[in-house]
Amino acid sequence: MLAELQNSIGNDVLMGLAQAVGAIALCAAVVALCGWQSVHVEREAAVSMVRGLVQMVLVGAVLALLLSGSLPIGSLILLMMTIAAAFTAARRLKGMSGALPLCFWSIGGGAGTIIAVMLVTRSLQPDISILVPVGSMIIANAMNACAQAIERFRAEILAHVGQIEAGLSLGAEPSITVATYLQSGVYASLLPRLDMMKSLGLVWIPGVMAGMVVSGANPVYAAIYQFIVVAMILAASGITGLVAVVLMRAQVFSAAAQLTLRPTETQRTG
Amino acid sequence: MPTEIGSPDAAAALETRHLSRRAGERVLVSDVSMQVSAGEILAIVGPSGAGKSSFLRLLNRLDEPTSGTVLLNSRDFRSIAPRELRRRIGMSMQTAYLFPGTVAANIAFGPRQRGEILSCAQVDSLLERVGLPGFAARDVSNLSGGEAQRVALARTLANEPEVLLLDEPTSALDETSVRGIEDLILTIVRERQMTCVIVTHNRAQAIRLADKTMVMEAGRSVTIGPTSEVLRVG
Repeated sequence: MLAELQNSIGNDVLMGLAQAVGAIALCAAVVALCGWQSVHVEREAAVSMVRGLVQMVLVGAVLALLLSGSLPIGSLILLMMTIAAAFTAARRLKGMSGALPLCFWSIGGGAGTIIAVMLVTRSLQPDISILVPVGSMIIANAMNACAQAIERFRAEILAHVGQIEAGLSLGAEPSITVATYLQSGVYASLLPRLDMMKSLGLVWIPGVMAGMVVSGANPVYAAIYQFIVVAMILAASGITGLVAVVLMRAQVFSAAAQLTLRPTETQRTG
Repeated sequence: MPTEIGSPDAAAALETRHLSRRAGERVLVSDVSMQVSAGEILAIVGPSGAGKSSFLRLLNRLDEPTSGTVLLNSRDFRSIAPRELRRRIGMSMQTAYLFPGTVAANIAFGPRQRGEILSCAQVDSLLERVGLPGFAARDVSNLSGGEAQRVALARTLANEPEVLLLDEPTSALDETSVRGIEDLILTIVRERQMTCVIVTHNRAQAIRLADKTMVMEAGRSVTIGPTSEVLRVG
């Protein structure tokens, strides 16, 4: 593994550093231009650029070590990413008990299912250098889908407490009273991914395709593979959004079919 | 096996025993005991923040009591499935909260939850009962405040509840609509021999409607008795 690291600090790295110096020089020129117009960001720009460069070099070094690892190590990396994603998404449910496991199972369920399907169908090679980058893209999108679904579902519930409790008062099942809002949550999680799919190739050429073309792959194959990845991201997002709102629905009602997610009760005036 | 609890007043259709609810540090309802008989109307009056609505929400278990209980025909309400309990103890809220769609769909909502389909004639009959004949096909977004409140009442009545809970049903209405709704409540309760608990901030309304009145302050029942005595009518 150390040999891999040493190899990576070769001519390519020196060339990269030289190009980074060129990029920094360009940024410094822009900062100077801003200073000429009394916009002084010299110190902040210098600190940001040094931090950014050091962080990225460190990430590259860690990746160089990790990407030489085996499939179990790759799976472990994806698991750690899923946990980190669950922590990030769970912040949207501040104050709700069980938010972290809810997000973990949603993201893990959505991303895990799709990564497994891709591995089984051989559309994703069990090679750590492919598995981790593609898997991380799917996990990151599943995380966003989870956050968008639960945030919309929560907002819809809080905006329609009266309607929901009117339904409960008429003897409806809790799931019936929030069915419309559950659909909104899932839709909110899918919409950005649907837009991404629609604009594919027209508005943007995603990273996987760009990377494959740069590394010499057939552009047509790279384009088709990119479509597969985006389609899998859409599928993972759909599963994640659906699992997230269904799990959340179970948490917002008590065993006695009482809505527990409400604006602060002590604010009621009656 | 349902829990049967003997009641000191055999005629009480609805009874609370030492009913309390806290939300965090704040006491919303504290140790409230009361009884209402079938065909009787109990008004709950008191200043804002007295716990009137919070008390009403405990009766059909929209909120869980911290302590104490509610008896429906001498049966502890925890022994009744929440959906069944809420069908038997119907509630009409301060705001109508109608579901998007037609008036008929709103009225048919409750029975549909139990797999019962109301016929057009049954919907029309309920609408006539609340003074809205021919409103079945109307979209709820085109109703006035008074009309929406009447539809909400008809929607609750479609479940044929034994107890009717009304939370400030006329607070947002003009004087003409208020009297219309009050007449409607009196007629329906008397005709169906229902038990009715109405929350109102309006003492005059309590005098017009209620057989008994309970005055609440700071979550407690301060007085309860015949309206003529509690509110010193006349």
